[in-house]
Amino acid sequence: MTSTFLPDKRTGPGLTPSPAAPGAGRGRARRRALHWLTALGFQIPALVLFGVLVLLPILFALYAAFFRWGGFGMPSDYIGADNFTRLFDDPVFLGDLWRCLVLVVLSLAVQLPFALAMAVLLNQKLRGRAFYRMLFFGPYILSEAITGVLFGMIFAPDDGLADQILGRIGLEGLGGEWFAEPSMVMATLFLVMTWKYFGFHMMLYLAGLQSIPRELTEAALIDGANAWQRFRSVTLPLLAPTLRISVFLSVIGSIQLFDLVWVTTAGGPDHHSETMAVTMFQYGFKRYQVGYASAISVVMFGISLVFALAYQRFVLRRDLQGATTTMRGDGK
Amino acid sequence: MRTSSGRRHLPLHAILVVVGAVMAVPLLYAVLSGFKSTDELSRNPVGLPDSWVTSNYTDILGSGAFWRLVGNSTLIAVGTTVLVVAVAALSAFSFARFAFRGREVLFTLFTMGLMFPFAVAALPLFLLLRSMGLLDNPLGVILPQAAFGLPMTIIILRGFFREIPGELEEAATLDGCSSFGFFWRVLLPMARPALGTVSVLAVVTSWNNFFLPLLVFTEDTWWTIPIGVQQFQGQYSAQYARVFAYLVLAMVPALAFYSVAERQLVGGLTAGATKG
Repeated sequence: MTSTFLPDKRTGPGLTPSPAAPGAGRGRARRRALHWLTALGFQIPALVLFGVLVLLPILFALYAAFFRWGGFGMPSDYIGADNFTRLFDDPVFLGDLWRCLVLVVLSLAVQLPFALAMAVLLNQKLRGRAFYRMLFFGPYILSEAITGVLFGMIFAPDDGLADQILGRIGLEGLGGEWFAEPSMVMATLFLVMTWKYFGFHMMLYLAGLQSIPRELTEAALIDGANAWQRFRSVTLPLLAPTLRISVFLSVIGSIQLFDLVWVTTAGGPDHHSETMAVTMFQYGFKRYQVGYASAISVVMFGISLVFALAYQRFVLRRDLQGATTTMRGDGK
Repeated sequence: MRTSSGRRHLPLHAILVVVGAVMAVPLLYAVLSGFKSTDELSRNPVGLPDSWVTSNYTDILGSGAFWRLVGNSTLIAVGTTVLVVAVAALSAFSFARFAFRGREVLFTLFTMGLMFPFAVAALPLFLLLRSMGLLDNPLGVILPQAAFGLPMTIIILRGFFREIPGELEEAATLDGCSSFGFFWRVLLPMARPALGTVSVLAVVTSWNNFFLPLLVFTEDTWWTIPIGVQQFQGQYSAQYARVFAYLVLAMVPALAFYSVAERQLVGGLTAGATKG
């Protein structure tokens, strides 16, 4: 299995072969050039669109990050790496990094295991499982803006549904200000994120579980493995590639979190739920410190890049090894 | 396994009911609250409405502003989808059916696009769109959405195009079909399921997009539903019941679309995440 973000070295079936006509060198060269131009011709619209609207802005952010610049005209006040040194002295930005890490850890330690448990549960023959799958996945297709406004009202202090329910069952002590309280805002945000996103990961796991041949778990059952052993030694290793992709998507999602935060708290109270993207937005679009905001973009870019490369190098690579060792292990 | 009794599954069902309740209650709460007056909502936030007030819903449905948002969101979603699928199909065709120098480099370039958060490009993209005069213009959202949708669309379509047997292409060539003729008359009709999948993904992504319309549309002419929801809450923040009704109506199109296109949507998301 290859992941979507790995360069793929395979050549597909039914490729139009490079014409290697036996004729004269010149005619052959011309035909090859023609073939190349045809192939590239089909790429031109995608290249233009992607180049102008994706690559160019990213490269421009890399450039603008080295200037003091308000966003009008071209940047001219070159200040070297000052934006970056300022960034790593900025308690808000350092807090952004810390909060990003907190969300990543919570997602990997709580949200994804929960999604996996639900996937395993709904992979069994249970009455109503199609309904539950649809219900759990449903929130994923709602807009973050709608989700944010909805939960902003559900977690409204006192009047909101959350405090009302806790009050009625005698647990007022657990309620509170939710999004408005510095010590609770990240936990509340994570709760909403789990409500919205765990169904997506569950669907990925379900697809992975369904591709595991039934014979393997049945063989383990005959060998006397109990349910936990079957899960631990058969299901989990075979699900590893799916898990790795899901972890990757979850981390990248935490790095770029914006919509949900912007709609519920706009980073407040007093920066306690601010993310890198929100800080970037504040400086770039509200305070017109575009050079400084670009530096934040560049750091986000750098973190994503380092993470993606390291993940490919150290984690995804094991998919190949895993596949061979698993096959050997099962081939008894 | 099948022989095990329903009783053995009882604890599992209990878990599902609890989780299901946590998932469903926020949505049901919004629907019910929309049928209350704001007065009643503060007196009786949890229970059923005393008298079912429909005016919150009907007022919104009777206003042109809401339908304008729906129209804008639809236009932008359709525009984005047509553009990204057309451009990505051409590119995926070339990746799947041609061996050419630089192919792997180019493909890696596109797949790298998946790794980078949109937020990284947001600021310079905004400046670029401003200099191109595309602010407050639907193209200012359609073009970047299509560009950022390219990597995933190309990857899914390339995988599908590669599975179509080479003999078909040889036969078409012998019949005098050009490369484009084969693409247009043979490959695309055969790829309808894959085109459906990527189209559904593009529609949902565009429909829910918040960040880009927030940057591009400074005036309300072209606001889409997510922007409208946020603005409506800001405007009527004291009238809870109305905001709930608005939220519910704003959810309906996405949920309706999900219920008819569930298979393509789930298939596309899992294929996009697991197949390369």
